[in-house]
Amino acid sequence: MRRVVVTGLGMVTPLANGVEPTWARLIEGQSGAGRVTDFEVADLACQIACQIPRGDGSDGTFNPDQWMEPKEQRKVDPFIVYAMAAATQALDDAGWKPTTYEDQCASGVLIGSGIGGIGGIYEASATLIERGPRRISPFFIPGRLINLAGGYVSIMHGLKGPNNAVVTACSTGSHAIGDAARLIALGDAEVMVAGGTESPINRLSLAGFAACRALSTGFNDDPTRGSRPYDRDRDGFVMGEGAGVVVLEEYEHAKARGAKIYAEVVGYGLSGDAFHITSPSEDGDGAYRCMSAAIKRAGISASEIDYINAHGTSTPLGDELELKAVERIVGNAAGKLAMSSTKSAIGHLLGAAGAVEAIFSILAMRDGIIPPTLNLDNPSVETAIDLVPHKAQRREVNIALSNSFGFGGTNASLVFRRAA
Amino acid sequence: MSDIADRVKKIVVEHLGVDAEKVTDNANFIDDLGADSLDTVELVMAFEEEFNVEIPDDAAETIVTVGDAIKFLEKNAA
Repeated sequence: MRRVVVTGLGMVTPLANGVEPTWARLIEGQSGAGRVTDFEVADLACQIACQIPRGDGSDGTFNPDQWMEPKEQRKVDPFIVYAMAAATQALDDAGWKPTTYEDQCASGVLIGSGIGGIGGIYEASATLIERGPRRISPFFIPGRLINLAGGYVSIMHGLKGPNNAVVTACSTGSHAIGDAARLIALGDAEVMVAGGTESPINRLSLAGFAACRALSTGFNDDPTRGSRPYDRDRDGFVMGEGAGVVVLEEYEHAKARGAKIYAEVVGYGLSGDAFHITSPSEDGDGAYRCMSAAIKRAGISASEIDYINAHGTSTPLGDELELKAVERIVGNAAGKLAMSSTKSAIGHLLGAAGAVEAIFSILAMRDGIIPPTLNLDNPSVETAIDLVPHKAQRREVNIALSNSFGFGGTNASLVFRRAA
Repeated sequence: MSDIADRVKKIVVEHLGVDAEKVTDNANFIDDLGADSLDTVELVMAFEEEFNVEIPDDAAETIVTVGDAIKFLEKNAA
């Protein structure tokens, strides 16, 4: 199969708009969590979230008008606007602007989302009930469909190649990157714009995830301490919003045009738990098999992995099961492995999580810096693996693995190798 | 210019994101103001909302310019 490399990065996160501002704040140990103030939360069990800092676009703030015309924004849910921002950043970073028909047809999009336009569906439902069907906008459907993130991106950038979308809950971003890499490896495209996007922060989602007992509820008065993977006081995840998008490219194609190469996508593994709709399999078997598959595909041994960006959502059950699966995978090499959960800083971006975290894994390799796991005051279990509590660490990273596990028992692992 | 014409033009400017000077009576929503078929459906909804009037589909199909909308609403708006 053909080799696939990463040549462009883009993101909007609760820490900042843009890859470099987000990364700098992540390394500094900043948290994107806060109390939700945009809507009523008094009756909700979870009243905190990691929200994108909005502003005029300066100092890392996100100004949607810089990425999509206001009249277009009005028609869509924010997850589409975030995808437009991240995709445009990634394409600019890659320096890839296909203008010939041939180049456009060789460039595709694969951007997913976990729950897409749930906010807009919630609002339109209220309109339907209160005011009737004639008040439903013609843009209601196209502005909520998950694949319209990729649709808008393709229209804006003239990408006429494969146009697909993944929906695998919290594994979406990882599956999108892995599946897109395969399209390139198999020759269906030369360039793919791939990632995940999510705008879930509204009353309906907070109520729904709280009902699943998935959200943190004990830190409403101390939001930045709510997301605390592996810590004994963790009590659920903190919801986040944003998008992560990478430009993937066939190796020779990237080399021929002198593109900057961040990393190679060397491994991708998928598995299903076949166990429960929201709980991970009790023995961490799904996570183990998915990492094994990715490692096998990469043609490496597990002991060669320097850094794992964990799924690590800060739920009582999930964190330890993933940790056990990783311990089983790396065996005696546990003592040299670093594994952190960046969800401690940005929260859980659901369908965007895997893509944003893949980018963090790539940046850890680029800079030789491992981002920290915030709030890890008292690990709930002992492990030989370095969980990188509180502070970032300088460490050479040549091979990184990023995990994502989703509702429905859907798992994805990506393995990246640092560019030579 | 009538009050109705002012209100119609304001809605068109807001919904289509076009400059006010382009929104003349003769301007065709699709050919001159860059609207697509979905935009025109939404524009009609916005007129209904603003003027508290129901515009049936067969009437909506005859509203293709700014002037058409003004004329219809001058005749039918309460």
